[in-house]
Amino acid sequence: MSEVLRVEQLCVSTCEGKPILDNISFEIAAGETLCLVGESGSGKSVTSLTTLGLLPKGSLSATSGRILLEGEDVLAVSNGRLKALRGSRMAMIFQEPMTALNPVLSVGRQIDEVLQAHTSLGATQRRAKVMDALSQVHLPDIERIHDAYPHQLSGGQRQRIMIAMALVLEPRLLIADEPTTALDVTTQQQILKLIRELQQQHGTAVLFITHDMGVVVDIADRVCVMRHGEIVESGSVDDVLSRPQEDYTKALLAAVPALKPRAARQETSPQVVLDVSELGKVYSAPGSVFSWFVKRRQGTRAVHDVSFLLKRGRTLGIVGESGSGKSTVARCVMRLLSPTHGAVRVTGKDISELSPAGLKPHRKRIQMIFQDPNRSLNPRMTIGKSLIEGPMNYGVSFADAWARGQQLLELVGLPADAIERFPHQFSGGQRQRIAIARALAMEPDVIVADEAVSALDVSVQAQVLALLDDIQQRLGVAILFITHDLRVAAQLCDDVLVMQHGQLIEYGPAAQVLGNPQQPYTRQLMDAVPGKGWDFSTGQRA
Amino acid sequence: MNKPVPLILPAPRRRLIGLPRVPLISALSLLVLVAIMAMAIFAPWVANHDPIALAPANRLKPPSADFWLGTDAYGRDLFSRIVYGARISLIVGIGVTVLSILIGLPLGLLAGYFRGLDAVLMRVMDGLMAIPGVLLAIAIVSLSSAGVWTVMIAIMIPEIPQVVRLVRSRVLSAREEPYVEAAVLMGTSTFKILLRHLMPNTVAPLIVQGTYICASAILTEAILSFLGAGIGTEIPSWGNIISEGRVYFQLKPSLVLWAGLALSLCILSINLLGDSVRDALDPRMKKRGAA
Repeated sequence: MSEVLRVEQLCVSTCEGKPILDNISFEIAAGETLCLVGESGSGKSVTSLTTLGLLPKGSLSATSGRILLEGEDVLAVSNGRLKALRGSRMAMIFQEPMTALNPVLSVGRQIDEVLQAHTSLGATQRRAKVMDALSQVHLPDIERIHDAYPHQLSGGQRQRIMIAMALVLEPRLLIADEPTTALDVTTQQQILKLIRELQQQHGTAVLFITHDMGVVVDIADRVCVMRHGEIVESGSVDDVLSRPQEDYTKALLAAVPALKPRAARQETSPQVVLDVSELGKVYSAPGSVFSWFVKRRQGTRAVHDVSFLLKRGRTLGIVGESGSGKSTVARCVMRLLSPTHGAVRVTGKDISELSPAGLKPHRKRIQMIFQDPNRSLNPRMTIGKSLIEGPMNYGVSFADAWARGQQLLELVGLPADAIERFPHQFSGGQRQRIAIARALAMEPDVIVADEAVSALDVSVQAQVLALLDDIQQRLGVAILFITHDLRVAAQLCDDVLVMQHGQLIEYGPAAQVLGNPQQPYTRQLMDAVPGKGWDFSTGQRA
Repeated sequence: MNKPVPLILPAPRRRLIGLPRVPLISALSLLVLVAIMAMAIFAPWVANHDPIALAPANRLKPPSADFWLGTDAYGRDLFSRIVYGARISLIVGIGVTVLSILIGLPLGLLAGYFRGLDAVLMRVMDGLMAIPGVLLAIAIVSLSSAGVWTVMIAIMIPEIPQVVRLVRSRVLSAREEPYVEAAVLMGTSTFKILLRHLMPNTVAPLIVQGTYICASAILTEAILSFLGAGIGTEIPSWGNIISEGRVYFQLKPSLVLWAGLALSLCILSINLLGDSVRDALDPRMKKRGAA
């Protein structure tokens, strides 16, 4: 096997001289996949940008080292040569295919542009090549797709277009920067399979960047674990995953939640705190000028006939892919949306039809933790002001609320003096702890966590999950946990509810639903979980 | 073998004591504005003649040690009149800005938060925006007596929709933020949500918009005075001075020139300052500062 990319002792630093990458070395052979895996800020994306010569000018620059693409040093070539290399010899696919594609050009045109820029083929030959590329990425009805615009395609289809565009010139090196992170698990599985297949056909070297150990198992031949701009450990997948040498790698692997459901817990209380029956939500179609004359268009049915029970001290997970209606359920339960059908009973009281004023006494019974910790705290308010806002709305005195806020910060593992600081002074994981403290300040019976750990790094995620578990045991609060991640659901939830297209597919104890799924869709979801062929707790192929 | 890649370090940042780096243009425009403001506030001490008293004996004098910029057709000192004229311009500029924000901000907050009210309020604003400012001002001034207040109200009315639209758009995007939803879930009253969580989001763009309103108000006031629909001719304002100087423009262009220069300089400074404030408050720049 011939070597395609060799990176030698690469160092990159900011203009202020702060090192970002320190002495990075690796090589990739033709037909091989190397995974760079690491948490946010580990420098894996900077590595890929440097390789492509795309470092933001004026803020980052390579200070030493070489990047040899088939013997040619990418850091030393002229800008014109670099442009020629990008596309023809190396290509990239990005995380978010919607923003990487031009929304006002048809996708066929966009692939054609690559050929126009790098080849001297005539129009008919180019079209034949574009069609060939589209069929290679297994898109259906390629004549129609060729003339489609990005918004007319699904996320998975857009990523296929990106891959077709990257591979149309048969580059020697493909750089994939978190290409499946924005996709649903079932789509992710298909895209990973596609990259694998095309790589074998063309003998492309793949530099694959991911934060997900499961994806590493599914795609990598070799893996480099990165942290703080350094390669901590590297080797073949089996070696690194089954016999990790470094503590950091061990910690990273230990933080991956196991797919095997947790041991069943004893019910602590028979009290039902949240009872949702036959919940339905229809978004009405926007009215038009003609609505008086013609029949109104049918609305979108986001949620249909969903029922579940949640007892004190228990955790119910709602899992599903994007568009399954799981977040709509959460927002209806919180009454951020008004459900169109059904009842939401919080400690016995139906809140589904209460007016905003009538709702106020019941608001404090049920609180929410949001997905993005950067946006869920008001950036202009100190942590203390955010924490005391809720209790003071319900008549708690300032002094009491403030003291309680300090206790809660300690409960979630932050120093009590954090109360005087602002959100931007904390990391994402810390902010999520603060958001949990804010929810707890209301002394709720139910906490709804909507993808509450999805934006966090895996080690931080493990800490926050442990915190939620700990708090539940201490305070007996019930948790409604919305997630797309079956691993997280398996580790946290007593019961699991699977949703698809707004409907309930399967509902039951976690051990039963995830351990022995009855419905084909649940089985499909379980099959698509990245890295399911690896048992991270024992370090062996399952 | 290793080919060193040159490491480019930027020049160390120059900093005024305790202040963030201020670009030259902003510093200059700020200086001009402070000078004009000081001139207006201390007009009785800066001006060396009575700006109103007629002195036919001194009419159309050229610049001299006594009359720095010469005199006008009624023998009044041009320099003193321009100094007093700054008062009117600044009062109208600042007054219109403050008033239009005082009225526009609450309306914008309400329109952004309540969808029902939004539909009605924004159609009213669309209606107001369709009226040409100068024509409305002429109408209002001719219906009631000419005076500073009438002129300010006349200029302010077409500015209100600008403020309302700006505030509304900020509120529309900010209300989708999870921290606003979190406040709703914590039982925070709508009034407090508007005041505590939404209003602070509108402050930065309002400051910028405020400078543009101020500049435009000063200009409109001058136009109205020039057309004879502004503040009474007995009070010196830059528009009045230009209007009266127009008659003798061929004979003595400096009568129009100096007041026009003062007006242009003032408006240019305010606009440039607005631009620098906008750059300074840009969220991307702010993020860099906070990191």
